[in-house]
Amino acid sequence: MSKARAVFAVLLPGIGSAVAVTVYVILLLAVESQAAIAALLVAGVIVVLAAARFGGMARIGRSFAERENAMNLVIVLAVLAVTGFFYEDHFVLLLMATVIIYVIACLGLNLQFGYAGTLNFAGAAFFGVGCYTAAVLTKHTAMPHLLILVAGGVMAAVIGSLLILPVLRTRSHYSAVVTIAFALLFKIFLEVNDTLGGPQGLPVDGMNVLGWEFNDNIEIGEDFEVAFYVNYIVVGLIVLALAFTFVRRLERSWVGLNLDALRLDETAAACFGLNITRWKITAFTLGNFLTGVAGALYAMMLGFIAPTNFTFGDSLILVSIILLGGIGNPWGLVVATTILIILPEKLQVIQEYRFLLFGAMVILILLFRPEGLLPRPLRTYLPGWQPK
Amino acid sequence: MDVGLFAQYVMNGLMLGMMYALVAVGFTLFFGVLDIINFSHGDVLTVGAFTGLATYLGLSKIGITWAPAQVVIVLLVATTCMAALGAVIARYLVLPLKAAPALNTLLLTLMLGTVLHEAIRLFYPLGANPQRFPPLLPTTAYSFGNFTLRVDSVMLLLAGLAVIVGIHLVINKTKLGLAIRAVAQDEETAKTMGINFTLIVLVTFAIGSGLAAFAGILHGLYYSEINFAMGLLLGVIGFSSAIVGGLGNIYGAIIGGFLFAALQTIGVLAMPFASAYKDVFAFGVIILIMAWRPTGLISEKISERV
Repeated sequence: MSKARAVFAVLLPGIGSAVAVTVYVILLLAVESQAAIAALLVAGVIVVLAAARFGGMARIGRSFAERENAMNLVIVLAVLAVTGFFYEDHFVLLLMATVIIYVIACLGLNLQFGYAGTLNFAGAAFFGVGCYTAAVLTKHTAMPHLLILVAGGVMAAVIGSLLILPVLRTRSHYSAVVTIAFALLFKIFLEVNDTLGGPQGLPVDGMNVLGWEFNDNIEIGEDFEVAFYVNYIVVGLIVLALAFTFVRRLERSWVGLNLDALRLDETAAACFGLNITRWKITAFTLGNFLTGVAGALYAMMLGFIAPTNFTFGDSLILVSIILLGGIGNPWGLVVATTILIILPEKLQVIQEYRFLLFGAMVILILLFRPEGLLPRPLRTYLPGWQPK
Repeated sequence: MDVGLFAQYVMNGLMLGMMYALVAVGFTLFFGVLDIINFSHGDVLTVGAFTGLATYLGLSKIGITWAPAQVVIVLLVATTCMAALGAVIARYLVLPLKAAPALNTLLLTLMLGTVLHEAIRLFYPLGANPQRFPPLLPTTAYSFGNFTLRVDSVMLLLAGLAVIVGIHLVINKTKLGLAIRAVAQDEETAKTMGINFTLIVLVTFAIGSGLAAFAGILHGLYYSEINFAMGLLLGVIGFSSAIVGGLGNIYGAIIGGFLFAALQTIGVLAMPFASAYKDVFAFGVIILIMAWRPTGLISEKISERV
């Protein structure tokens, strides 16, 4: 009995915060007036700062650290609850699905950036590879659509492998240039290549799994209709759960330990017998794979893609998400993506200025809080293990 | 191939090379004194070009229409403003991150570049559209068969050459240049020799950014058009040129700039059917060069200390 009570005491702050955040997000998404949104945002910031000041954040962090599986479930339920609340609001559901897909893509970048320390400024390009793969495959083949998700990932990994040699041979600034050059090359290539639609882009078929058309609204009974984006949210959540678990397991395993060693000091890692080449390739390829999967899903959801979705600026936004969330912390990613995607959409005033504001924000973070919003905690070797 | 047409391509290549070289010299100077890459350099160039354009419009408003005066004032204002901007960037954004990982500086300057060109797009009147840059130099042209020699192109080339020679003299023949080279070689020793490190860094950034502004005006005068996004491409190409020549090596940067322009021109000449792909080709070549010689064709002199 007392054990159950102890578990509950640990879980309570986590569940409480999840409920509060769910209600807050629902409010934020439901409110239309710009003034109300601004007020909500200010209130949110104040509450979070207060919680951090009075130790609330630490307790929530403890819930997540000690009962991670339970908390993962709570978060999934929270997302489903928000989805249920907005079951017929296309715009809000599209936003949510976009956030989920971007989190998947950023998990991929996080593998490269946060764990192995391999720079990749071409995130949007690999995302785009996934998108275009989905577009071509849905149009010209009868490949099952769930496999297309995998194909998008594989294609991104394959195209990424073209960059492996230069990325492996170069260091810091130099390897950054390789990926920047690739990001620019990819966008220009798409624009001049007529087979892939040129600047106009390509249409993509919606997802269809076992005859279930994802792009039809779900009708239940006579007059109860659910927006079709719910389909994509569900699939996105499943893919996200898989990706998240995968990245988490990888981080906790000896592979993650190797990657960390690699990032912190390449020379020392090599001296301890780690095969640097192998782990860099692993992280780079797996990361691109995840980004590509996210891209394929995104393309099928939007139904239309064009080169303007995959500019260098978009790659920079992905990097900003990683940095804002706290490099190497998957939960930080979730928070950062939510902020960076939803904020400009809800606060229409800043929509036009978003690149400018994100740029300025990253500069400020780098100057004053380089560890990000949720810094990566110490490595937990066992669930619930606390550094003494 | 027709000789006249060939000469035309050579002329275009030389102009391009001049611009790339000017940008590359900036990158290489920054890397020399601080061991950092300043990715906002290309966008400083854009801001410089727009400052020049704004100055020209201002001059026309107050009635100064004599072209030579306009050119001189536009150049002076743009280079001075960008030199100041460069020093401010170094003082308040780059130097505070000196102890942080290289990645942070890289990201910061990338984002700064975004902020700069977005600011132009949003706050310059109609900044999202390409802007016409006025022809301030005499546009007389002489034709030799297929080859049209424009007087302004020759003047631009000579001006660029003069600036490069000037930089060479400053770096190699003056006390300031000696100080810059000393800081580049060994910061600690330079400091113990009584060199004001911060001041030298600021001056170096001012010189590099002034050069970028000059290149921006050159670009505007030659193509008669500037737009807010031109810096990204020029910056990446300039940086690649600097790398090809070996970062920290001024002559390498100049050679790299011309080499890159040559590659692009040859790319267009060799594959006229695919001229739309000339930038794809250029970036592909950058990636290949990086794979082949990871620290540039003329690699850094001092190997990395472990």
